[in-house]
Amino acid sequence: MEDTKSLLQIKGIRDGLLVSIDDAPWEQQRSALLTQVDSQPAFFQGARLALDVMTQVLKVDDLAELRDQLSERGIFLWAVISESPTTEKTAQLLGLATRISKPRPEEARQFSIADLGEETALLLNRTLRSGTRIEFPGHVVILGDVNPGAEIIAEGNIIIWGRLRGMVRAGSAGNVAAVICALDLSPTQLRIADEVATTLRPRIDPKPEMARINEHGKLQSENWSPDR
Amino acid sequence: MPAQVITLTSGKGGVGKTTATANLAVALAAEKSKVVCIDGDIGLRNLDVILGLENRIVYDLVDVIEGRCRLKQAMIRDKKLPDLYLIPAAQTRDKNAISASDMMRVVKDLRSDFDFVLIDSPAGIERGFRNAIAAADRVLVVTNPEVSAVRDADRVIGILESEEKGPAALILNRLNPALVKSKDMLSPEDVLDLLAVELIGIVPEDENVIIASNRGAPVAYDAKSRAGQAFRNIAKRLKGETVPFLDLEAQGSLWERIQRLTGRK
Repeated sequence: MEDTKSLLQIKGIRDGLLVSIDDAPWEQQRSALLTQVDSQPAFFQGARLALDVMTQVLKVDDLAELRDQLSERGIFLWAVISESPTTEKTAQLLGLATRISKPRPEEARQFSIADLGEETALLLNRTLRSGTRIEFPGHVVILGDVNPGAEIIAEGNIIIWGRLRGMVRAGSAGNVAAVICALDLSPTQLRIADEVATTLRPRIDPKPEMARINEHGKLQSENWSPDR
Repeated sequence: MPAQVITLTSGKGGVGKTTATANLAVALAAEKSKVVCIDGDIGLRNLDVILGLENRIVYDLVDVIEGRCRLKQAMIRDKKLPDLYLIPAAQTRDKNAISASDMMRVVKDLRSDFDFVLIDSPAGIERGFRNAIAAADRVLVVTNPEVSAVRDADRVIGILESEEKGPAALILNRLNPALVKSKDMLSPEDVLDLLAVELIGIVPEDENVIIASNRGAPVAYDAKSRAGQAFRNIAKRLKGETVPFLDLEAQGSLWERIQRLTGRK
C-alpha cells in the first residue's frame, strides 16, 4: 500500500483544516484521505475541512460522494478550491465555497510552483471585487475589472482586459522586466519588482496602457498601441 | 404561498439597512402583502424602535431559538398594519447566541404563512452577517454614494457571489441630486459602474426619514415624502412590477441616464 502522506498535505488554517491533494487519480486520493481520517478519528472529529484539489477535474458525483463520506465521519466539507473551472462549477452546484477568504497558504503555493513551468498563466474570467487576493507564481490574465480593495501579486506579467483600480504587483520575485497592462490603468497602487507607483490623475478618457520599468529604473506607463 | 425571503445587508454600518428594512416592510404590508421582518442584529437591536414597537416586546428571536417561547409569541403585530409582524432581536445577548441553521429553521417555519420575510442584517461580514444571509432567497445590498460604503458593498457582493447567493440587487440610499450635479458626490452611474449589479432603487436624501424614524413611524407611510415614494417603488419592484425610477432632478437628465443604465429604456 502506498504511503498516504505523500499524496496529502493537511494543515490547520483559521477556518479549520486545509487538505491539499496532488494530481494522482481521484479514487486513490479519496481513499488516501479517508484512510487518514479513519486512522485519527479524534483529530478529525467535528472538523471544518477545505479541500484544495489543484487541477483535478471532478464531477458532481465525485464530490458529493466524498462530502457524504466525510459527513458520516463527522467532518464538514465546506469548500473546494480548484484551478479547474469544471471543478469550481461542480463545487458551486453542491453549494460549497470555492474560495477561502484568506490567501492560500504558502505550502500549497510552493507545491504548485514545482508543477508549473515559467510560462504558466492564470486566466480568470471574472471581476475581482474588494477583498479578493490573487497570488500566482506566473502571469495573471483577468477578463474583467479589478476593483479597489482587490489585490493581484504575480511573479510574471499582469494583463487586465478591463479596468484596473485595485492593487497589483508584477514581477513579485524581483523580475524588473515584468509589465502590467490594462484597458484603464488607474490602480490604487502599482508595483513592479520593488518599484512603487500610484495613480496621480483620474483618467477622463481612459486608453489601454502598459506600465513597465524604463531604462532609468523608474516606473512609467505608455499607451498600449498596436504599432509598438 | 411560500414567502420570498429577502435579506438587507451592506458591510458598512450606518448606511440605512434598518431604515430600509422597516420602510420596505411597511410599503409591502400597505400593499396587502403579509410581511414579517426579523431583526438579525442581536445585541444592537434597532428595527423595533424604527417601527415604533419597542414597548411591545415580550419575547425575542433568541427566546424562540432557545425554546423559551413559541414562534408566534415572539411575533409583534404592527400598530397600524395588520399584515405586518416583527420578530425582534435580543438586546442582552450577542451574535453568537444564534447560528445559521437556527436562522434557517425559523425562516422555514415562517415561509408558509407569509408573502415576504425581511431580514435586517448587522453591519460587518462576520457571524451576524452570515446568519442573516443563510436563509435568504434574495439579498439586497444597501449602500450610500460614498467611496467607503461602495467599497464595502463591493466586498459584500463578492462574498455573496462566492456563497452562490444569486445576483444581489442594490439600493442606493441617501442620494443628494444637487451634490451629484455639482460633482461632489458619486453619481448612480459611478456606483453601478464599479459594482455591476442590478439597481432596484435609489432613495433620495430626505430629512423626513430621520424625523419619521425617531417617531417610530417609517417614512413609507408619508404620501408626500420623496424617500417614502422611493421605498414604495422598491416594494413594487420586489413584487415583480416594473416601476420607473423617480425623477430626482427636474430636468430629468440624471433620470434618463439611470434609465439607460438599468436597461429600462
